[in-house]
Amino acid sequence: MSEPLPTYGRVAAFGGVYSNHLALSAAIEDASARDVDAILCLGDLGAFGPNPDKVFPILRGHGVRVLRGNYDDSVARGLDDCQCGYTDPRDNHYARLSYRYTLARTAPENRAWLASLPGALRFRLGDLGVLACHGSPRRTNEFLWESTTPTHFLAKLAGDHDADVILGTHTGIPWERRWGDCGAYVNVGALGRPANDGRTEVWYALLEGSGTELSVELVPVAYDHAALAREMREEDLPEEFVETILTGWWTTCLEILPGKERARGRF
Amino acid sequence: MAGALPTLGPSGPGPDAARGSPAGAEAPEVALLALDQLWFQVAGTVCNLRCGHCFISCAPDNHSFWFLTRSQVRAALDESRTLGVKEYYFTGGEPFMNREMLGILEDTLELGPATVLTNATLLPSRTVDALAGLASRSPYSLELRVSIDGVTAESNDALRGHGSFDRALGAVGRLAASGFLPIVTTMQTWADADTDRVLDAFRARLSAVGYERSRLKILPPLRIGAEARRSGGYAPSERVTGEMMVDYPVDLLLCSSARLVTSRGVWVCPILLDYESGRLGDTLSAAVERPARLTEQACHTCWLHGAVCSNVPSLSRDFS
Repeated sequence: MSEPLPTYGRVAAFGGVYSNHLALSAAIEDASARDVDAILCLGDLGAFGPNPDKVFPILRGHGVRVLRGNYDDSVARGLDDCQCGYTDPRDNHYARLSYRYTLARTAPENRAWLASLPGALRFRLGDLGVLACHGSPRRTNEFLWESTTPTHFLAKLAGDHDADVILGTHTGIPWERRWGDCGAYVNVGALGRPANDGRTEVWYALLEGSGTELSVELVPVAYDHAALAREMREEDLPEEFVETILTGWWTTCLEILPGKERARGRF
Repeated sequence: MAGALPTLGPSGPGPDAARGSPAGAEAPEVALLALDQLWFQVAGTVCNLRCGHCFISCAPDNHSFWFLTRSQVRAALDESRTLGVKEYYFTGGEPFMNREMLGILEDTLELGPATVLTNATLLPSRTVDALAGLASRSPYSLELRVSIDGVTAESNDALRGHGSFDRALGAVGRLAASGFLPIVTTMQTWADADTDRVLDAFRARLSAVGYERSRLKILPPLRIGAEARRSGGYAPSERVTGEMMVDYPVDLLLCSSARLVTSRGVWVCPILLDYESGRLGDTLSAAVERPARLTEQACHTCWLHGAVCSNVPSLSRDFS
């Protein structure tokens, strides 16, 4: 007989930490002040930011429940790339640079910890069955963008995976969709870099279940982004990455954005 | 003039051999994993251009497949909901030769994202304005994929016909001015080492018509149809065998995640339109149950490059 699922009333969830230890600490502090029962991290701890080992003690020290993203899977297994699937030469250049930096600077014990993480988490939020994953329940590196994900597709995905609510991240831009009586998908956002919205804050999701009622709040998190930019420069990370942190606009890895999401950005 | 362009791959045994003979029992089968992409041969094989490299030889007088009506598309859209389709693609021929195209897109954009593969020679301002209106009213993306096969009028028009370069570029400028970021697709007719140079030249050319944030997509040649007559088709060895599918990530192949609705039934995918082996049934519900057979040599291109006809590349990986 399987163990009963943990049941929560209110949780905080985020993903895409991308080595941004300053935003991670700020988000945990913000969520803790909101009386949450659990904090969830939906994967991709490394990439983009500086000194990847810094996020591990923060996550473990606060008892964050973490699942494994595609980047974590790559780093854990020492694969050749991050499994994001870029084909554009410029995007590939930056993705490779970032991945090699992260892989080389992630300590063996942290890589082993990444390998031990589950691919998904299930729990109850009120009376709702929640499935938390990285990309989608069927594929860790599947991009679910708001403008390219039909509602009927999400409803089928939830049905196929026996969930009322699906939580995901991977794209880096938060959004939510509802269907039927209690169906919901929430992209909980990413802490590692801004959401291509011209703001320097990053985003996490606050979720509360009461019976079959779900409330979702997407929460902006301000943090010392200037300090992160300085640290990135000290680590010789690309100035294009630093620009994103300082402006809120994505400068790289744009190929994967659908037309609507890309048009909202600057580049 | 088509022969003046460099071609890739071995100079093969000629156009007839491009279709090859069915590999029979050797041809591997690919079952549908999920119907993520629903394609519509919305203009049949009717096109206002007669391109020298068209893999299904579309032309003004090629009536092998006829236009889909709005009600035919609507019926398939209804069926697609229970099948959990994620993306809708429209191809031809030239989709904007279909007089109901705007209505078809309106219906589609109520359900999900739509992508139109177009030569952009039939996109006057009033059509671009109408498309912009549809896009702004939908929560879903409307992507226009514009085929341009050369960075100069001379090189493009050698393949696509006189005047097609200027007309397509003009439309790209109008689309960009209306808020679209069209995906410009181009068949690779250069050596890999020249890719950066060619892409830079494309970006500069597109920038000159006001399209600054250009999205470019390179497609490999499909050496069937008119392109087989141009470049010589596939060599006999270029065929997918069962052995080649051992440990091959099958979800890279479009046939594992797509079906194509046409005026004559449902096919596996757009590149197999000229082959009866590509026909899987009269209806979508029948076609999703039947596996694709990798009988044709064109399947070798997909095996090599993955489902390049999608907007974004396939992302097959084994997450253990």
